[in-house]
Amino acid sequence: MSGRVALAALLLAAAPAGASASEPAAVDPALGTTPLADPALEAKAMRLMHELRCLTCQNQSIADSNADQAEAMRALVRSRIAAGEAPEAVRADLVARYGDWVSFRPALRTDTLALWAVPALALLAGGLVARRLFR
Amino acid sequence: MIPSPAELGHLSLWLAAAAALVMAAAPVRPALVGLARPAAVAHGLLLLCAYAAMTHAFLVSDFSVSLVATNSHTAKPLLYRLTGVWANHEGSMLLWVLILGVAGLAVALARMPLGETFRARTLGSLGVVALGFLAFLLFASNPFARLDPAPPEGMGLNPLLQDPGLAFHPPTLYVGYVGLVVAFALAVAALLDGKVGPAWARATRPWVTLAWAFLTMGIALGSWWAYYELGWGGWWFWDPVENAALMPWLAATALLHSIRVLETRDALRNWTLMLAIAGFTFSMLGTFIVRSGLLTSVHAFAVDPTRGLFLLVLLLGLTGWALLVWALRAPKVAEGARFAMTSREGVLVVNNLLLMALLAIVFIGTLYPMALEAWNGRQISVGPPYFNATTVPLIVLLAVLMGVGPFLAWKRGTTSGLSRRLLLPGLVATASAGAMLALFGVSGLLALLGVAASAWLAVASLQLLLRRGLTFGRAGTALAHLGVAVSILGATASGALQREALVSIPLGDGFALSGFTVTLDDVAPRAGPNWTALEATLSVTRDGAPVATLRPQSRTYTSPPMETTEAGIAMWRAGDLYAVLGKPDGSGRWQVHFWVKPLIHFIWWGAVLMALGAVVALGGALRLGALARRRRALPAPPAAVPLPAE
Amino acid sequence: MPLTRLLPLVALLALGVFLALNLGRPQQATIRSAMVGKPVPAFALPGLGDRPGLASADLAGGEGPVLVNFFASWCLPCRVEAPQLKALAEAGIPIHGIALRDAPADIAAFLARHGDPFVRIGRDEQGQVAIAFGSSGVPETFLIDRRGIIRLQHQGEIRPEHVAEILAEARRWR
Repeated sequence: MSGRVALAALLLAAAPAGASASEPAAVDPALGTTPLADPALEAKAMRLMHELRCLTCQNQSIADSNADQAEAMRALVRSRIAAGEAPEAVRADLVARYGDWVSFRPALRTDTLALWAVPALALLAGGLVARRLFR
Repeated sequence: MIPSPAELGHLSLWLAAAAALVMAAAPVRPALVGLARPAAVAHGLLLLCAYAAMTHAFLVSDFSVSLVATNSHTAKPLLYRLTGVWANHEGSMLLWVLILGVAGLAVALARMPLGETFRARTLGSLGVVALGFLAFLLFASNPFARLDPAPPEGMGLNPLLQDPGLAFHPPTLYVGYVGLVVAFALAVAALLDGKVGPAWARATRPWVTLAWAFLTMGIALGSWWAYYELGWGGWWFWDPVENAALMPWLAATALLHSIRVLETRDALRNWTLMLAIAGFTFSMLGTFIVRSGLLTSVHAFAVDPTRGLFLLVLLLGLTGWALLVWALRAPKVAEGARFAMTSREGVLVVNNLLLMALLAIVFIGTLYPMALEAWNGRQISVGPPYFNATTVPLIVLLAVLMGVGPFLAWKRGTTSGLSRRLLLPGLVATASAGAMLALFGVSGLLALLGVAASAWLAVASLQLLLRRGLTFGRAGTALAHLGVAVSILGATASGALQREALVSIPLGDGFALSGFTVTLDDVAPRAGPNWTALEATLSVTRDGAPVATLRPQSRTYTSPPMETTEAGIAMWRAGDLYAVLGKPDGSGRWQVHFWVKPLIHFIWWGAVLMALGAVVALGGALRLGALARRRRALPAPPAAVPLPAE
Repeated sequence: MPLTRLLPLVALLALGVFLALNLGRPQQATIRSAMVGKPVPAFALPGLGDRPGLASADLAGGEGPVLVNFFASWCLPCRVEAPQLKALAEAGIPIHGIALRDAPADIAAFLARHGDPFVRIGRDEQGQVAIAFGSSGVPETFLIDRRGIIRLQHQGEIRPEHVAEILAEARRWR
């Protein structure tokens, strides 16, 4: 499932970068520190914010950080989720600006294929080694 | 002039290096074998002297020792002056070699059923490792380097490290690492001796068990520290330094189980030896990652790339040598009799396979960003979403097998009576997942699987514990497995049922979160021994009744100047209410981050149970050894291996 | 001895070479913007006092490339780079400033004290324009060609030795 989401992010990132830039969604700065009124939307935003990396902190998500920039990014995420945008579209837009580094969930691409294939490959290799142990 | 304690400490370190050299050289010639034990004893005692000298320098604030001047302060509380010895790079490496020295002392003085040549070879390997680390200490990070003139006052200590959780985290972890070094030394000795079998497994298992217990506690302490000290609300960040400690733990867990197969069935010889080498390799790799600053981390406080290179050479030299010996000398015989899939050893092999897959995920996930950036310049983050998605299914599978394995017989592939035994765990698991879904509305597949797996394993482990004819070994297994179940439950529930709010509110105002009402009553300045803080008072009520008062702080330390957040935490049922005070926005509003974290304590209690299980099993193993000794001593049949002169 | 026995050793040595090579590389502490090579994001920011603000439309269509400098009065390195910005402005490159999360009075005081090389100044109070640029802190400077494409991101303060590099880049994208 994560692979499919990552693939969606990939497709969205490939869309013209100017698309969202030409009509910037109005960002409500208060949303950096105020949850959305709709709990379902807030949960959606929260899930995404936990997967976006704070740029000015060490290994911390924007949901966990009290850095200014994390607050600005939270405001952006909540505003756009509230405006009806899909979380993956918001993620893709931030990736288009900061690169893949900003997302804690690595996208599925040719150069991350090996990463996502590790569990399967490790089990396969282990299975081959272990096979001759069994009768 | 009488040399100062610090100078004596420095001298002891050099003498210890000489003793390590003797240890390393002793097994080379039969005539020298007798020197191994006295050299190991001297080595251990000299390191104790060196460590005592350093502790003395910290206690009396001898700022002519550069390390003390940089890391201590006369205003620092006594406890943290003691723990300050290892709360820095040089001191922590000194503690590492001290523990290694004490382990060598134990190997030299303990009984060695495998013979004196074998003991000398084990001590020889320990000597080589000690020599490497002592060279690192003496040439690349001398803890006894002096300052002339001595400064009148020290420069303090990283305030994040002035904390009981962190103070005892490194020593615990180091005992675990050193335990793996001993297992490594025993494996190399076994390879050189060609004595790999049940007797070797019996001699090695206590060390692996001990190492595993300490690694478990060390990791749990680190996680607990990060949870309440970093003030981020999380307990595991899949941070490089955390992963660095997790990798040897995974290898040790696999070793702990494969060595049982070797002991009982005389099988998996090469594999067990390889795991013993791997456990050591990954603990070295962990030390390297933490100390070299190769990967940025929230936990890395002392980093230096040139020292990194030294450690890397040490890592490659020691493990390269061991792997070469393995390639040349690993037993040529087949792995023994074939296994039935439904035998105890069959499940243990699958367990090893899953653990190795987890190890591969953690290893690749940790190093992948660095590799990719070197490859094509792309910066990526591999974070919790990746690790959770890849590891949780394997952990669930592992938990299911852990419930079954202990009920299976060795060797035979029969499953009779198994379904009857597993009926109750299965029912409870289904019911728990159903309850999560129906009562709490948790619909995430991984969360439901986690709860079910935890319930399954807990019930199966309790059944194991209550079965007739309980032995130390089985009780240990049952307790450790129960601990895993408890930890999984804590991790799953605290994640799936967690509620959080990040708000900006003025004094007197409040907010509501999942039945709780939180009010910001006050923000007032507070002063501690070496810090000042802004402390918020948050009162939490539920249905109008007061539940807790949380006092999160935003602290400013004086030497060195540094700001930290101190979370306000209160137990609620078996979980926590957790609050962090953020910045004021200038118009009288304060940023407050508030979490409800049900069952989160289960994570660490589970780890305590795991370590307890290991201690019980260790007791069993030692008792078994004593029993075997007594039996041998009574009618005195000629022992297969010469008894050591004691 | 079967050759497969040597696999672990080979893997270890490969890992060692990889780690050794990376140990020598300077660690990339800052995150580069992915907007380099892409059009400037659309934005319109209020100005300082009665000075006009800054909008994306102001950045393209001029005679040559322009610089956009993210700065703040609370940022120490921004003071360090002030003489270099002055030198760049004197070399004939228009520089626009974007003040990040800063109060008008503080910005004015900063400019009075450390010099004002800026043609236009926009106030990014919420930090949203910085995010749109893929900027991760102050000071940061972007070079934008006359077609409105971002050509260069300079992270951290511009030191004297960087001035020539930036001028060369500016000439390249004329």
